[in-house]
Amino acid sequence: MNPFQYARADDAADALRRGAISGAAYLGGGTNLVDLMRETIARPDQLIDVTGLPATIAETDDGGLLIDAAVRNTALAEHPAVRMRYPVLSRAILAGASAQIRNMATVGGNLLQRTRCTYFYDAEGARCNKRTPGSGCDAREGFNRIHAVLGASDACVATHPSDMCVALAALDATVHVDGAEGQRTIPFADLHRLPGDQPDRDTVLRDGELITAIALPALPTGARSAYRKVRDRASYAFALVSVAAVLQLEGDRVVDVRIAFGGVAHKPWRATKAEAALRGQTITQQVVLDAAAAEFAEARPLRDNAFKPALVARTLAAVLTDLARGEAA
Amino acid sequence: MSVFDAAKQAAQGLVQGVVQGAMEKLVPLAPDSWIPGGVPDPLIARKHGLIGKPVSRLDGVHKVSGTAAFAAEYRFDGMVYAALVYSTIPKGRIAAIDSAQAEAAPGVVLVMTHHNAPRLNPMPMFGSSPSAVGATDLPIMQDGVIHWNGQPVVCVLAETQEQADHAASLVHVTFDETPAVTSLAEAQANGVEQGQFMGAPLLDEVGDAEAAFAAAPHRVDQTYRTPRHNHNPIEPHAATLAWIGDRLVIHDASQMVTQQAQNMAQIFGLDPEQVHLTSPYVGGGFGSKGLWNHQVIGAAAAKLAGRPVRIALSREGVYRVVGGRAITQQRVAIGAKADGTFDALIHTGLSTMPPHGTMPEPFILGSQAMYGADTMLLKVEVGRMDTLANTFMRAPGEAVGTFALESAIDELADSLGIDPVELRIRNEPEKDPIKGTPFSSRHIVEAWRTGADRFGWADRPETPGSRRDGEWHVGMGCAMGTYPYYRMPGAEARITLTREGDTVRAKVEIAAAEMGMGTATTTAIVAAERLGLPLEQVDIAYGDSAIPGAIMAGGSQQTAAIGAAVIAAHNALVEELLKLAGNDSPLSGASADEVGSEAGGLARLDNPDAKETYVSILARAQRGDLSVTKAGSAPLETMHWSMHSYSALFCEVRVNAVTGEVRVSRFLGSFDCGRILNPKTALSQFRGGIIMGLGMALMEETQLDERNGRIANASMAEYHLPVHLDVPEIDVIWTDIPDPHAPMGAHGIGEIGITGVAAAVANAIYNATGKRIRDLPITLDKLL
Repeated sequence: MNPFQYARADDAADALRRGAISGAAYLGGGTNLVDLMRETIARPDQLIDVTGLPATIAETDDGGLLIDAAVRNTALAEHPAVRMRYPVLSRAILAGASAQIRNMATVGGNLLQRTRCTYFYDAEGARCNKRTPGSGCDAREGFNRIHAVLGASDACVATHPSDMCVALAALDATVHVDGAEGQRTIPFADLHRLPGDQPDRDTVLRDGELITAIALPALPTGARSAYRKVRDRASYAFALVSVAAVLQLEGDRVVDVRIAFGGVAHKPWRATKAEAALRGQTITQQVVLDAAAAEFAEARPLRDNAFKPALVARTLAAVLTDLARGEAA
Repeated sequence: MSVFDAAKQAAQGLVQGVVQGAMEKLVPLAPDSWIPGGVPDPLIARKHGLIGKPVSRLDGVHKVSGTAAFAAEYRFDGMVYAALVYSTIPKGRIAAIDSAQAEAAPGVVLVMTHHNAPRLNPMPMFGSSPSAVGATDLPIMQDGVIHWNGQPVVCVLAETQEQADHAASLVHVTFDETPAVTSLAEAQANGVEQGQFMGAPLLDEVGDAEAAFAAAPHRVDQTYRTPRHNHNPIEPHAATLAWIGDRLVIHDASQMVTQQAQNMAQIFGLDPEQVHLTSPYVGGGFGSKGLWNHQVIGAAAAKLAGRPVRIALSREGVYRVVGGRAITQQRVAIGAKADGTFDALIHTGLSTMPPHGTMPEPFILGSQAMYGADTMLLKVEVGRMDTLANTFMRAPGEAVGTFALESAIDELADSLGIDPVELRIRNEPEKDPIKGTPFSSRHIVEAWRTGADRFGWADRPETPGSRRDGEWHVGMGCAMGTYPYYRMPGAEARITLTREGDTVRAKVEIAAAEMGMGTATTTAIVAAERLGLPLEQVDIAYGDSAIPGAIMAGGSQQTAAIGAAVIAAHNALVEELLKLAGNDSPLSGASADEVGSEAGGLARLDNPDAKETYVSILARAQRGDLSVTKAGSAPLETMHWSMHSYSALFCEVRVNAVTGEVRVSRFLGSFDCGRILNPKTALSQFRGGIIMGLGMALMEETQLDERNGRIANASMAEYHLPVHLDVPEIDVIWTDIPDPHAPMGAHGIGEIGITGVAAAVANAIYNATGKRIRDLPITLDKLL
């Protein structure tokens, strides 16, 4: 770990002022950033603790929720409105990490957690374009079972590890940010980037910008949602793949469906092709598998992860058939 | 001298220079009574004392209240902290080390490299002498030559751990790389050699097994693979050490305390008495808490800096510095008659080790005594890879070997249409299948029957893939586990009786190691029982190189080694007490073998009323205390009898039909391990072994990158071990039948728990899904 200064922000303005300095980083629960600092992958000179900023979950006029960035993951997962109206989000959060980590982690920080690629973490002994731009990618020809099959580049095949973000992608959330150029909102699906030739940049956030809140729109009446995570052990493991889905039926016909996949790409993957294929259909195993096939038509599996498209398809089929039968919330 | 005279003298250790081979020929022929354990330990017959009662571990309060000091919790005045820089290439030389930035960093006291490290002798390599415990004899920071990816190349000392870690990250090392062998395929292509273990070839042949196999009416012939595994004890390896004058004091985490002290003395050119190593608490060892680079580097840096040092490996450091299990590729071929009895049992294959290593993974060890077969061929070949030296990891050999053998037997049972429990029972050997010696104690059939009954084995789905519960396939599997009874020489015990008014305390000192398995507690129980004293009047000292003798907590042999040493010391104590008792005692005239310890004193075995208390004997002799030290007998019983522990394991799994996720829903272990000394700590040992086996079956895998020999997942985030939710209720039962030829009738049980578990899981997965997975770990992608 490199030496660093620590300051606690009084409010957003204070945080932004301090965060404008080069080498500064915002600190939420620290459940990922501190690990990265210990590994010398993150080397901020200045940590600005933003956990003292507002941490409320408020109803919005349009029937949605506005979640402050400093809300702890546990608080969000356990909030009655979230559990009642957005079970996909509550379940995604509870599927991740451990109770202790969820108690520490913040919503804003969760959005900015970094990949679990083992080569990214091996600062001394492995090449990684995300960690050290231009150094190369050891994952592409190495151990890549947990890596991307969609949207990857020659430079980077890493995946985004968050569970919560997969649910937020399916919920059409909006990210509120503040920075030197003022406040702006970013559709959740646009927050995280594909790696392209700049895999060191995980998001479209500008230097010094601070995530202040996340807005959840109301779900249509009668919409059901679910999250399912597939992993190598029963708890405390990152998703090999995951599926978040929001399904609205009229009779047995799909009026609207929103689907996001975790563990398949550099960002939570909004499966728009599969969604389009499913609208107006009746949910059956084969219909869903065909829709998933459309989504994965462009998949580029690597040595160790060729199982992912089929696994996601089967998981999606199980999630949607359960939702259609009303077996999940 | 007749063969029998020679055997007797050999058995009694009288013949000087009798070579091991001759001993092995003669000892099996000797009458039982000449062999240790030939006359059963009298404690076996004693049923109402402490032995067999559940006793909470004596160090439990210290551990849960945080007062037990582990190696990285000791402090010395002026102590500095170490951080290591590791090689990033598998083979070559250090070209340059730029440490200027590190040396200028805050708090840095020393940057040690091969340029300035003190000159050291090589680590004594395992097998090179009775006390040698090094996994390799490579020079440590002496020459800049790189032998594996992850080898420590620089040590930084600083005033705080954070400063040391930071400075270490500022050191820039460049290397001249030379071609290295970093894949199994390359190693195999370079040619393989006969594997050796403990000085003997890993090769057993009975008849012409290949011919018998080819002629057999029913055959199974498959290849099974197990990956590398790394050690992950909850306590990462650490040592806190100081040079005090010309003496080296080490607080270590060790399962071979005395040996490590002696080895450190040899490395630093000291007399053994100049090194004092203590290790009262160890946070798990499993074979890994031995002598590795870090203790040597820590002591060298402390010497160079003139400051005490704490060197605590990071979790990544444990992966880089401490070896684990080597990869295996095993062929099991079984030829059987229609009734399932074996014509041929072939278990052969390949493991790896580095050019500087001492052991391949000896995966045939379990197969040596599990089943009878008309012909047998067991053989381990070795390919050489440029990696960290692998080492003992809980049941080395048996843990992964039983996966292959017990999977193959399940495959044979399936193809023959014979219940796999029944098939195993039909192949019970009458005597040791290789050596021909009689079994000392073998009750595995009873363990199978009681286990099957309790588990509800009769309810197993007959057709694989036929039982479904919603999204889940459900199936049951079984497997046998085994581990030998060993007893290594070198153990001594010192018993000191001290008179305190009208009562007496006993102190029992043994150079044993306690890694958390309950050795100290069990030793106290056994000593109290043997001395005829309540547990409260017995103190146990261990984990200290100043104690006489040398005992290793390895090979599940420590319980027997301690037991035999305490028997010897107790016999000597009785002799001394009888001398002190003299003619005025009710015991007058009795010889040592005519009396026993009972109720705080000695009593005649043939007339329990003729007795005298320790207090009375000591008081009349005007003695405040009495101390004896004695070594245990030579461990000849394992040559005379075939001595093993056994388990019958039953597993129920659920396999998700959508995702392939496996959840173990029930597990039962039915053990035959002699007498269980402390059911409470034994249960934890069995369960812990089974849980480790579940991890081996389903998730553990070291990802060794074949491009550069580097471990890619050197972290517990990506090297998966079972978490609580992966572990079902584990039912454990045991026969509790004493082995008449082992001290206390007991076997060590540290390793038996893991053996067979992976096969039980794999066989249950087959029963659930119809899919036979032959390479570990059985991750969900293999079941899709």
